[in-house]
Amino acid sequence: MTETPPEETEKAILISDMLRVRDQRDRAAFARLFGHFAPRVKGFLIRAGSDPAVAEDCAQDVMVTVWNKAHLYDPARASVATWVFTIARNRRIDLARRDRRPEPEDLGWGPEPETAQEDGLVLQQESDRLGVALKGLPEAQRELIEKCYFGDLSHREIADVTGLPLGTIKSRIRLALDKLRHAMG
Amino acid sequence: MQWGERMTIKHHLTEQLLMGYAAGTLPEAFNLVVASHLSMCDDCRATLAAYEEIGGALLEEAGVAMSTGGLDSALARLDTRAPEPVRPAAPGALPAPLRSYVGGDVDAIRWRSVGGGVKQAILPTSESASARLLFIPAGAAVPDHGHRGMELTLVLQGAFADETDRFVRGDVEVADQDLEHMPVADIGADCICLAATDAPLRFTSLIPRLLQPFLKI
Repeated sequence: MTETPPEETEKAILISDMLRVRDQRDRAAFARLFGHFAPRVKGFLIRAGSDPAVAEDCAQDVMVTVWNKAHLYDPARASVATWVFTIARNRRIDLARRDRRPEPEDLGWGPEPETAQEDGLVLQQESDRLGVALKGLPEAQRELIEKCYFGDLSHREIADVTGLPLGTIKSRIRLALDKLRHAMG
Repeated sequence: MQWGERMTIKHHLTEQLLMGYAAGTLPEAFNLVVASHLSMCDDCRATLAAYEEIGGALLEEAGVAMSTGGLDSALARLDTRAPEPVRPAAPGALPAPLRSYVGGDVDAIRWRSVGGGVKQAILPTSESASARLLFIPAGAAVPDHGHRGMELTLVLQGAFADETDRFVRGDVEVADQDLEHMPVADIGADCICLAATDAPLRFTSLIPRLLQPFLKI
């Protein structure tokens, strides 16, 4: 028997907490997600130029949105951190009050819950691998990516970022989309 | 959208645009083109989701402690009503994000003639870039022009060809200042495109250049 590394256990707990929030409206699970993500969202917003008091309020808003929109979460299409990131990003865009960001046409509900959870774990592993690969990038390239995501670079300043390790993660998501389209038949 | 058509898309968004859309740093007009293309293209949707995973990975790193009481006030605000079920948008010729700007489908577009049978409708976006719908009659051409900035053109109906290639519904052409082109609509059907640019177009002949301030393109 090999032991699961603590980090992986933590990620699995995040997924199951997110699903508890989605399916059982579990407030204790929400409190754990808040403990993990609210400080991170606050940090993200500060890095993106918000003052700390505004970032604190907005981090709360973002977490309330995580609860209110939990029914849209599909573990086969995004890791929990990514799902929270997209909500935090949208909040940052609202704060800037400049460029609206329309969403693509909605695909509605995800695939069958059981397979979705399984796919979710695989996607989570890919996502962890991506995190490790990002850490291993040369400093200059990594800095450029961070600047882009924290809103410090305009689209003109982002050179094509090639060589990012996105291959497997892309094919996992492509698979999830195919299943979803198939389910919608 | 019709699912079957997803297979025919050959011209996709650049990695640069998908990364900018994932990060949320594009001008509104570009966001609209990207969201419209994504509505028709699963390849780009998957690439976008991968770029969003990078955002998730970066989020995992930075943390700043919340003040005490933050959790309690969030808990007090949680919605206790059941969420609205999600209904996929009704199928239409225009992708859903675009329909919200037009206020309906193709028949709701308020065209204005710009001469030669070509019509356009400017869409309300922020000033960082402009977006407009273009109607090019079957077989007609948009005057030869170059670009000062970046121009994105997404085909919504019919097809057009220029010096570089042929573009059909769902295809997006990404042009920069190096490209000077004269898009010509296919003879078979009128062509409708969504075009966005972050700089005014530069027409090579005199008359369109004089008209430019009036066309607002």
